[in-house]
Amino acid sequence: MTIHGLLSIIAGLLLAPLLQGIVNRTKAVFAGRRGAPLLQQYRDIARLLRKGAVFSGTTTWIFRLAPSITLACALVALVVLAPAPVEQGWGFAGDALLLAYALGLARFLTVAAALDTGSSFEGMGASREVLYSALAEPALLVGIAVLARVSGGTSLASILQGAGVTGWVSAGTALALVGVSFFVVLLAENSRVPFDDPNTHLELTMVHEVMVLDSSGPDFALVTYGASLKLWVFSVLFASLAVSPLGLSGFALLGALTAAVLFTGVIVGTVESTMARSSLARAPLLLAGACALSILAFILASRFLS
Amino acid sequence: MIPALLALSILTFTASAPVLAMLRRNPRAASRLGPATAVAGCVPGIVAAILTLAGAGPASATASWSVPSGGLSIGMDALSALFAIPVLIVSALAAIYSRGYLRHAESEGRSTAPFWAWYDLLAGGMLLVTVARNALLFLLGWEVMALASFLLVMFDAHDPRVRRAGWIYLVATHVGTACILALFAILGHAGSLEFDRLALPAAFPAGIAFVLAFVGFGTKAGFVPLHVWLPEAHPAAPSGVSAVMSGVMIKTGIYGLLRFLMILGSPPAWWGWVLLTAGVTSGVVGVLSALAQHDLKRLLAYHSVENIGIIAIGLGLGLLGISLGIPAMAFLGFAGGLLHVVNHAVFKSLLFMGAGSVLERTGTRDIDHLGGLSKRMPATSLCFMTGSMAICGLPPFNGFLSELLIYLAAFAGLSATAARIPAGSTAGLLATGGLALIGGLALACFTKAFGTVFLGEPRTPHAAGAREVDASMRTPMIVLTAACLCIGLAGPAAAPVIGPVVDSVLAGFGFAVSAGTAHDALGALSAASVASAAVLLLAASVFAARSAILRNRRTSSAPTWGCGFTSPAPSMQYTASSFADPIVGLFGAIIRRRRRFEEPAGLFPASTEFSTDTPDVYQEKLYKPVFSAFERAFSGFRVIQHGRLNLYVLYIAAALFALLLWKL
Repeated sequence: MTIHGLLSIIAGLLLAPLLQGIVNRTKAVFAGRRGAPLLQQYRDIARLLRKGAVFSGTTTWIFRLAPSITLACALVALVVLAPAPVEQGWGFAGDALLLAYALGLARFLTVAAALDTGSSFEGMGASREVLYSALAEPALLVGIAVLARVSGGTSLASILQGAGVTGWVSAGTALALVGVSFFVVLLAENSRVPFDDPNTHLELTMVHEVMVLDSSGPDFALVTYGASLKLWVFSVLFASLAVSPLGLSGFALLGALTAAVLFTGVIVGTVESTMARSSLARAPLLLAGACALSILAFILASRFLS
Repeated sequence: MIPALLALSILTFTASAPVLAMLRRNPRAASRLGPATAVAGCVPGIVAAILTLAGAGPASATASWSVPSGGLSIGMDALSALFAIPVLIVSALAAIYSRGYLRHAESEGRSTAPFWAWYDLLAGGMLLVTVARNALLFLLGWEVMALASFLLVMFDAHDPRVRRAGWIYLVATHVGTACILALFAILGHAGSLEFDRLALPAAFPAGIAFVLAFVGFGTKAGFVPLHVWLPEAHPAAPSGVSAVMSGVMIKTGIYGLLRFLMILGSPPAWWGWVLLTAGVTSGVVGVLSALAQHDLKRLLAYHSVENIGIIAIGLGLGLLGISLGIPAMAFLGFAGGLLHVVNHAVFKSLLFMGAGSVLERTGTRDIDHLGGLSKRMPATSLCFMTGSMAICGLPPFNGFLSELLIYLAAFAGLSATAARIPAGSTAGLLATGGLALIGGLALACFTKAFGTVFLGEPRTPHAAGAREVDASMRTPMIVLTAACLCIGLAGPAAAPVIGPVVDSVLAGFGFAVSAGTAHDALGALSAASVASAAVLLLAASVFAARSAILRNRRTSSAPTWGCGFTSPAPSMQYTASSFADPIVGLFGAIIRRRRRFEEPAGLFPASTEFSTDTPDVYQEKLYKPVFSAFERAFSGFRVIQHGRLNLYVLYIAAALFALLLWKL
């Protein structure tokens, strides 16, 4: 791995909680508040790491093990994806699937841990989580399939780089549609508005937050950091598409990409401030729409390339 | 050497069956001898298959046979070996499991001698199907397998639901056999039924033969809409038998389909499209139907439909790769499909054994009546959880590797840069989208099943009083659990095993793939296994760090946070039905759940009832009308068929007399 690849992983590890801070600060600005400091999540994680823990008497070893595995999966996803946009020849054929399925493993354990508490609220969150992810998965993978079609590659690095300048010239509309679809998937996978409102504590609006209701102390720190990493990973995927037509390479690309990822936080914050959470019945339609956009992108790409 | 081992294996099974059947009066001897003969029969076959894959190459032998149309030919090549290994290993493990599982029946005074006799015949029949090199012998093995499994399904025949399931299975399996018979009649037109002499008659449309093979073998495999027998028969059988039927017996359908497609010769593209479409349909319908089930074993049976769908997606991509001339797609499609055959055998038999253990200890298969078993049955819980993650295709377990290969086959179609073949990319898109949807829904279904059965608080006294199962049932599950992980981490070692099998299949279709393509294609397996190992290692280090932090901290236990509600009860937990409700509702057009709900009425409402059930749409809307139409059409024959023996004797006498007159 070159220095660029290594740096992009380090950037993810260090800046992921900042991305959450940017989202929250954006929302505060829209609401006319001063808002929490940008570095609030670092403080939260540090504070949680210093605490003891309370476990529900209903839970078993699964509840204690799940946060560690969840974080490990997010780390693997970060290591697979983060260097891909900046490094030639990185990864292996099908590493996009490792990304998707490692996050799937994390989801399995988060859901299992939620059901382990025996709480009806957490069961409700778990039920919604699997509904949204079952629909987000096709949108994401069909989107990746479009990129594979445009770039002719099978690993994330070749897919993302192949979709660069030439890809945008020959199949720009298709790539733009994939970008929109990836953004919807980002919102759904990270439980953001309009799929979920991470700020409320009314049980009727929650997916991710309600699933980790019983986590405390260092375990909750792992959960929180893992969630930040996941948001970072999806933002990298979205941002690398947006940055690719600039035709940059090396440190310039790395810098532009990092800036774009952080700016994604502003976009997410803007969406959250200007939209309401959609009703439970509507949210799946939005994801189905993202799927449809990916498929439309595929048709367009095939048309442009033949 | 290898044919001798195979013959030894088959002889052990067939010779022990009548001996066991005679032990009806001596249940103790039967319950000891039964598993022993089953395991003893499996061992030589496993050795032969491993030797074949380890480089001994194909071997066959023919003995003379007093039946026309060829000899008593058996043989083993890479394809046979790949199917025979899971068949025999799962049969041996499920035999050990059944020993413990049947103790309950024995304690009620029932003899298990017939069970073991049929069990040995089932294992022998499956082995014969994979090694027969003569169509008549194949058919013999096929029917022994079908009838033995039918009799095993009927083990609890005092239950009317079991009798109904057995009846549906018997009809379905023979509809399939009828198609296979027709196929053999066409292929054997030259007078010999030896496999290497079978060929299509000149000018006979290969498409008809393909359709016969697809329906005949697809019925056994369980493609939608030929799957209706599967969710009936698999749950009705004793759990060890469910493991064998779901884990390996349905794969004989895949084996037969591949074997005879190779005889039909170079595949046109539409064969691939048929398999791919059937695969995506079976996968999605299977997993959605599973989501709506409350019965744990029925849920697992529907997942077999789903996984057969995934296998069919792989094979369909493989066939398309051949006909479109995309080598990587052909190679990866078959590699993924065949590896998934092995993987599904491992995790599905594991899951059925887990479900059987739950049933044995709690007496119920209804998911909503369970809960909290992970504290009471820790080993079963760990095994079931591993199986659940493996069947969802999650790393670091085996399912991930085979699904990865199928995805890569789809990607190879998508990014076929040489010609940018439109058909290849459309197939790739269909497979990618289908697999992604199936994967997401499977995760929903298995978190539901695992979560409701094993996690939370027990919902009923059945679940509260459960204990861990004994060693004879635990050991096979632990072996299979270890296999899920080991295969998942054995990516680098998988390539030399799976590569030659795929080569032999491709050679059977007259298609050669360069060593470079194959090497590149399977390289992803090593990388995926390394990444899986990294997940494990990272998780272990994070957990170690977390435990080190917590060591000197104060940890305490408290009730689950109820959001301010102070008296929670186990019945308030999310049930399987409520967990799956949003998805089942969203896909209501496909699965047609029925709800029964009495609205509470009046100022002081009495107790009300809510229940849902989800019958199989295809059975209700497709087969019932067709079969009742047949029934009406044939009811005219009741005039001559009404069960009086003396009249039948009269018919025979009249027929003989007529023949006599005709010959005079």
